[in-house]
Amino acid sequence: MTAAIASPAMLELRGLAKSFELHQQRDTRLDVLDDIDLTLHAGECVVLSGPSGAGKSTLLRVIYANYRTSRGAVRVRHDGNWLDLAEATPHQVLDVRRRTLGYVSQFLRVIPRVPALDIVAEPLIGAGVSVEDARQQASALLHRLNVPERLWPLPPGTFSGGEQQRVNIARGLIVPRPLLLLDEPTASLDAGNRQVVAQLLEEARNAGSAVLGIFHDEDMRDRVATRLFPMRPMALA
Amino acid sequence: MSALLQVRGLSHHYGRRIGCENVSFDLHPGELLCIVGESGSGKSTLLNTVAAQLTPTAGAVHYHQKNGDWLDLGALSEADRRRLAREEWGFVTQNPRDGLRLNVSAGANVAERLMALGQRDYGRLRDIARGWLERVEIDPARIDDAPTGFSGGMQQRLQIARTLVTQPRLVFMDEPTAGLDVSVQARILDLLRRLVNELGLAAIMVTHDLAVARLLAARTIVMQGGHVVESGLTDQILDDPQHAYTQLLVSSVLTT
Repeated sequence: MTAAIASPAMLELRGLAKSFELHQQRDTRLDVLDDIDLTLHAGECVVLSGPSGAGKSTLLRVIYANYRTSRGAVRVRHDGNWLDLAEATPHQVLDVRRRTLGYVSQFLRVIPRVPALDIVAEPLIGAGVSVEDARQQASALLHRLNVPERLWPLPPGTFSGGEQQRVNIARGLIVPRPLLLLDEPTASLDAGNRQVVAQLLEEARNAGSAVLGIFHDEDMRDRVATRLFPMRPMALA
Repeated sequence: MSALLQVRGLSHHYGRRIGCENVSFDLHPGELLCIVGESGSGKSTLLNTVAAQLTPTAGAVHYHQKNGDWLDLGALSEADRRRLAREEWGFVTQNPRDGLRLNVSAGANVAERLMALGQRDYGRLRDIARGWLERVEIDPARIDDAPTGFSGGMQQRLQIARTLVTQPRLVFMDEPTAGLDVSVQARILDLLRRLVNELGLAAIMVTHDLAVARLLAARTIVMQGGHVVESGLTDQILDDPQHAYTQLLVSSVLTT
């Protein structure tokens, strides 16, 4: 494919707004996002930039439907059709998450008693890959991310922050998905491991994935971003 | 995908008092749905009304049988209800003593539901029972012991084995981990999580513990005073609760 051919759009945000109404705090309303428009194409890596409090993480969570949309549309290309996640049923959202939309946060949600290898393999098994193949691919990815093999059979509850983060990245990237949301996945990684993650993202982009992420580390941002999307905190109402 | 269970406008009243009121939801095959809320919110009433253990005051539940036919649970004969409970459904109660037969051996507890389905080969039943004891992490050497001598956590694991041995299509669970130590709880939750995935079970679980819902269920229903106040994706409800009551529930959880 040549650069002259425009890549298809994978995600369209239109007039997106998010407010939180805190009923326990005398119905305080927090307006975090307003009127966000963004189009993300296959093969792009758009990095959200702006100071903390600008709503970057909130935006990723709204797109993942982890937060409800207050106003506007989150259109995702799913199986070749556009679906507005702001209007989708829970079953539709779950299907989009299973096959189209991935999200990697900063923190691993540890599941008691489940070994690191199985935590990584699980999304592949959910996508229909055999247990054997899934474990093999999980091993390869953990190996690439320099997670020592002796840790693989252990639940990651006792791992260091960086080790947990790499398990989390492996879990988030093991199923190739057309659309990836990344919330500071490299925050506690050393330079060598950040390089590995940058390579993995480049491979995903070359395979046609669209990436939207938050990276505070400037080197990392320069290395992976094809475009920046600046955000500002909303004025206090 | 077609639903396994369709609940529409379901209510159960105790005289003039509301148990649950006007509840609607679908359950799909392979899906675990949690019903959360504080005690007295109508969670168990809803579960028991859906499972045709209580008679609806209004509304209907339709169940998609193994043979492909839809069954109106409100119009079910007692014989059909028993057949469903035996062949297609499973129940896990909060107190394992309610779900187990305490005066017979662990092995007989596991094998009993299979025998009710017509399996008679003693050697084979014993092998299956042994396999299931292992699966729920009970030493198979205890196959001939009565569960009266088991700890609460072991009894609950035995009840889970007894229920799942027939590979039910739909399991109703009422607070299966309440009243157990946290370490025992974690073990049972991990077991349930694995078995639900491996067997592709559909299940409805009542719990007051939001962490249990997050761990096991993709979708959650929040109840207060017999009404559903919020329902949807579990992570969305816990991370961005909309209703005042859900916000109170979520903000009341201690984090360590």
